[in-house]
Amino acid sequence: MASIELRNIRKSFGVVEVIKGVDLTIRKGEFMVFVGPSGCGKSTLLRLISGLEDITSGEMLFDGQRVNALAPSKRGIAMVFQSYALYPHMTVYENMAFGLTLEKGHDKDEIRRRVEKAADMLQIRQYLDRLPKQLSGGQRQRVAIGRAITRDPKVFLFDEPLSNLDAALRVATRIEIAKLHEGMPETTMIYVTHDQVEAMTLADRICVLRDGMIEQVGTPMELYETPDSLFVAGFIGSPKMNFIGGERAAAHGASTIGIRGEHIAIVPEGGEWSGTVIHTENLGADSYVYLDMGTEEPVVVRLDGANSYKSGDVVHVTPMADRIHRFDASGKPMR
Amino acid sequence: MGANFSLWKLTKWTLFYLLVLVIVVVSVFPFYYAILTSFKSGTDLFRINYWPTSFSLNNYFNVLNTGSFPRNLLNSVFISSVTVLLALFLAITASFALSRVRFRGRGLLLMTILGVSMFPQMAVLAGLFELIRFMGIYNTPWALVFSYTIFTLPFTVWVLTTFMRDLPVEIEEAAIVDGATPWVIITRVFMPLMWPALVTTGLLAFIGAWNEFLFALTFTSSNDTRTVPVAIALLSGSTQYEIPWGNIMAASVIVTVPVVVLVLIFQRKIVSGLTAGGVKG
Repeated sequence: MASIELRNIRKSFGVVEVIKGVDLTIRKGEFMVFVGPSGCGKSTLLRLISGLEDITSGEMLFDGQRVNALAPSKRGIAMVFQSYALYPHMTVYENMAFGLTLEKGHDKDEIRRRVEKAADMLQIRQYLDRLPKQLSGGQRQRVAIGRAITRDPKVFLFDEPLSNLDAALRVATRIEIAKLHEGMPETTMIYVTHDQVEAMTLADRICVLRDGMIEQVGTPMELYETPDSLFVAGFIGSPKMNFIGGERAAAHGASTIGIRGEHIAIVPEGGEWSGTVIHTENLGADSYVYLDMGTEEPVVVRLDGANSYKSGDVVHVTPMADRIHRFDASGKPMR
Repeated sequence: MGANFSLWKLTKWTLFYLLVLVIVVVSVFPFYYAILTSFKSGTDLFRINYWPTSFSLNNYFNVLNTGSFPRNLLNSVFISSVTVLLALFLAITASFALSRVRFRGRGLLLMTILGVSMFPQMAVLAGLFELIRFMGIYNTPWALVFSYTIFTLPFTVWVLTTFMRDLPVEIEEAAIVDGATPWVIITRVFMPLMWPALVTTGLLAFIGAWNEFLFALTFTSSNDTRTVPVAIALLSGSTQYEIPWGNIMAASVIVTVPVVVLVLIFQRKIVSGLTAGGVKG
């Protein structure tokens, strides 16, 4: 329900500048994911949007209105924290209703109706009378999400909501958040994560951050297929994109070339490159072959199905010519 | 071998409980003797024996019916309770600022608060007396409430600040996002989480105020405004040369019982209060 515009936003803690001039527009109803390595400022940026931190300089607009000095509760936001941050002494119902009871103009029936509606969406209705300590981690995170839904926010903020959950639950909750977004198409959602899989699967658009600056903004496929820098190329995608320098890159007229594992074919003979197998991983549906080609890191080749290569085998490989990403010495793409 | 082993175990067991017995006797004996004496009457008082030989409640009747002792008891209850409430209120709000609000000189302020609590009472007695005279509350309960609060606050603030600092910041931030003001955060989010710490510090503040003697002696002058510790010390017998030991002991027991009861009631809370925050749970 709200579009958010960041104009040259900066944030310093003492002498340390954490956010170094960010310009970004987040559209109405969009699912925007901030992703980046730890310390890149993605959480700080989210906290600036939430209003929990003050902006040092720059302008923040919600629907064209300047909100720099507006308190978090006045911005129409709701936030889900990494550590759930439930009130330990309140029942699930009280946790979810707390925000509404503080706002004026909601009678008890309305609050109950809204809490129950949110609880139904997340299937936590049977836990409404329990205390947070009687719930499992996944249930607690649902309550935290439910607390945010109850407030019917214009902007939904998630600060690494899945990182305290175990792997299976993480996937399940991820799907649930995706469904939630479908069910609330009007609500703008901003999601912070360091996990690029979460970013790829959830986002309408991803914003890659590095050292307090935006590296690239785009849809998951844009970032995957046309990364704007070596950093983005290496950060998005799993396994990591292979980077090859030296003469092999020079042959393509670049300082570094990047090629994803699935874009390298193993050929019986006379491929462009050759290398020694140092390790293989079979995942069933696909498998990875790690090759030592004299590069800094081993080159990963991704194959469909299982493979039978063994360490020590020498194999010949050929990259798909149209899938090669060429980068100049400054790490910028050459297209 | 087996026999040796069990002999050694028995010795250890015996020594352990012997030590426990010694410690218990040493710490409980004075109080036990006070109770014992409070039930004696007449010349029995001056005969030393360690088991009850006679039983009479005369001393209790005397204390409660003579002079202003009931009034003094009421004074003590009033002053200690008000001190606790005032100290806790000030300490909670202060510790919220000291643990949660970033401002210049916060560390220095905390150290100063701790430093203040190291002054002996004697050192500030004269200055405090002037202050109390100036405020016109000399010889009223408020003089004692005021001075006790001053002396309780550093400890209370320090403990509550440490405790509050350990509360997760995210809970506070969630409350801010939910639209809670600092006052709502303190009263509806933090205070319920801090009951153990509040009970512990409140109880210690109560005991401190309840037993205080020097200020109570200095800042009050009439029988009606005194608190029990002073009243007990000033209990006089029928002549100048008689010290009414029986009455003094009965009064002491009366004074101690409420504190013991309070501690028993809040025992569980105290234990969890002293350990809470040590381990994340």
